[in-house]
Amino acid sequence: MMLDDNSPLVRIRDLQMHFPIYSGLFRRQTGAVKAVDGVSFDIQRGETLGLVGESGCGKSTCGRAVLRLYDITGGTVEIDGVEISQTSQSDLREMRPTMQMVFQDPQASLNPRMTVEAIIREPLDEHTKLSKDEKAAKVAELMDAVGLNRAFAKRYPHAFSGGQRQRIGIARALALNPKFIVCDEPIAALDVSIQAQVVNLLEDLQEQFGLTYLFISHDLSMVRHIANRIAVMYLGKVVELAPRGPLYDVPLHPYTRALLSAVPEPDPSKAQTRQRVVLQGDVPSPAKPPQGCNFCTRCPAVMDVCKRIDPTFQEVEPGRFVACHLYENHASETEKAEAHAKQQGS
Amino acid sequence: MPNGAQAVLDVQGLTTVFKTRGGEVHAVNDVSFDLKAGELLGVVGESGSGKSVTMMSLLGLLPSPPADVRAGTVTFEGQDLLDVSDDDLRRVRGGRIGFVFQDPMTSLNPVFTVGYQIMEPLRTHMGLTKQAARARAQELLELVGIPGAAQRLSDYPHQFSGGMRQRVMIAIALACDPKVLIADEPTTALDVTIQAQIIELMKELRDKLGMAVIWITHDLGVIAGIADRVMVMYGGQVVEQAPVKELFQNPQHPYTRALLTTIPKISEERARRLTIIEGQPPILSAAPTACSFRDRCDVAEPRCAQANPPRYDFGAGHDAACFVAKDAHDAG
Repeated sequence: MMLDDNSPLVRIRDLQMHFPIYSGLFRRQTGAVKAVDGVSFDIQRGETLGLVGESGCGKSTCGRAVLRLYDITGGTVEIDGVEISQTSQSDLREMRPTMQMVFQDPQASLNPRMTVEAIIREPLDEHTKLSKDEKAAKVAELMDAVGLNRAFAKRYPHAFSGGQRQRIGIARALALNPKFIVCDEPIAALDVSIQAQVVNLLEDLQEQFGLTYLFISHDLSMVRHIANRIAVMYLGKVVELAPRGPLYDVPLHPYTRALLSAVPEPDPSKAQTRQRVVLQGDVPSPAKPPQGCNFCTRCPAVMDVCKRIDPTFQEVEPGRFVACHLYENHASETEKAEAHAKQQGS
Repeated sequence: MPNGAQAVLDVQGLTTVFKTRGGEVHAVNDVSFDLKAGELLGVVGESGSGKSVTMMSLLGLLPSPPADVRAGTVTFEGQDLLDVSDDDLRRVRGGRIGFVFQDPMTSLNPVFTVGYQIMEPLRTHMGLTKQAARARAQELLELVGIPGAAQRLSDYPHQFSGGMRQRVMIAIALACDPKVLIADEPTTALDVTIQAQIIELMKELRDKLGMAVIWITHDLGVIAGIADRVMVMYGGQVVEQAPVKELFQNPQHPYTRALLTTIPKISEERARRLTIIEGQPPILSAAPTACSFRDRCDVAEPRCAQANPPRYDFGAGHDAACFVAKDAHDAG
């Protein structure tokens, strides 16, 4: 199959991942946690798409569903031109070399009984027919690439610090020359001075190997640094998707605004003058999302229509997508003006 | 900042050592600081820098063994907390000094109602009757902004969200009108929008109740928005201490400088690469005899390996433990 190089590497359409809730005497299904509920996006080759949101918004589930670590409820997932939403797990296994994952907790995602060498070699054992020597050479090469000392190959994970463990996880993900890597909060468990080391490493590797990342994080400052485009998730849905600059400079969705203004600014003179939107209340349960727009219970610019109709996710400017009635035609212009004013004033 | 204000808490030369099978770990080395009435002191450092252990040592919260508070004095309300009996210390903890822990999931007891847990310090420390304690507990829940306080008193911790649980923790810490509140990474386990709520709440409560707060965090952004004065810890020592604006505008210690450039700022366009601090934070198996940052420092000199720099005064309440910064400052 010929693929033109401008086609996106990853194409997700209306992705849904619902987890059933069973209750009662006969364990009947009584509902579903809609962890991911109709998410669509593309990731271009060589690009980093940042996926941000608060805990419980479904960003990790989304990342795992994209790699088909779950049997998804609905929607299509296309990676490098191959549709994999219904592919069986055994067929998927053969495709795993192109798509890999770096996990959040380097402590929990490395087997404590395996040496570093064995951990990095495992994908090679599973997927390639290389000889023992070739594998050893490849492992050494990978350790160099991620900045681990080759002399430590026979050591066990406990002998390494958090940042070094994350490097081991990255080396393992790189072993099979993947095209696409899902990084699920790869720096959340690390100290600030170590976070920068790992992020720089990920950027270097991207350049060196032409990788495409889906970078999942709740750290909006770091995402601004690493991602080309950013998708903001709230309660199972992407509410806004835009290139980095415009998203941070002029956020459109009220949730994005609130989220950005909640990020602490490491500069006291700015921190004291900055306008903050402090959202009231908590995120509703994804098992019982509100009627209409998911954000209507906490939105500072809520209108009547928001409580009835779920806004569609649409392109409002070239490359900028947003799901909000402020940018749709269901509400009258005066209503929208009032809502905008409320949002500014808050 | 209340500059001439009386210190409510004065810590001098605090030293804590853990005895482990692999030898000693010197977690806190000769830490001195004071806390003035009504002030919010931020304590910043990476994990392992000794910031939590310092606070736990001064309240006698560390199990001994393995912990051993070797030296120092902690003066609070005219007595040395390291020198009083366990019973007296218990009266101070949760009474005159409140503590909010990092993880609201694990620091509340899951088998007791929230109401019971708020009433506990009120009954033990203040000797209130059940009715009076209940009324006060309801008042406290309202104070920390939990809606439907009267009904929620009989709920269990699992029925609260993370942010609400942290509010409950704060209510417990505030129960007996503490003079000092120590908050150990109170927002680290929370999402940014919930973190913003808790920060606003703490500012409001401090103004309303006039207590002094020690806020431990690794997030310089949080510190910038809330603290009056900041203390930076590294390798179990205080390496720099200054009023918040001064620290961010004029950092002296190379570690503080590096820390401030490592973090990407949300309001700034992307730098091509993040600056990094090479290497790992130290684990001290003996009391430091040299600067503990020298291996990662880009201005280190031979003398940094020969002696541990004392905290030099830079004027305006600013001090930093660095030979090189001191010389540069003196030179002009």
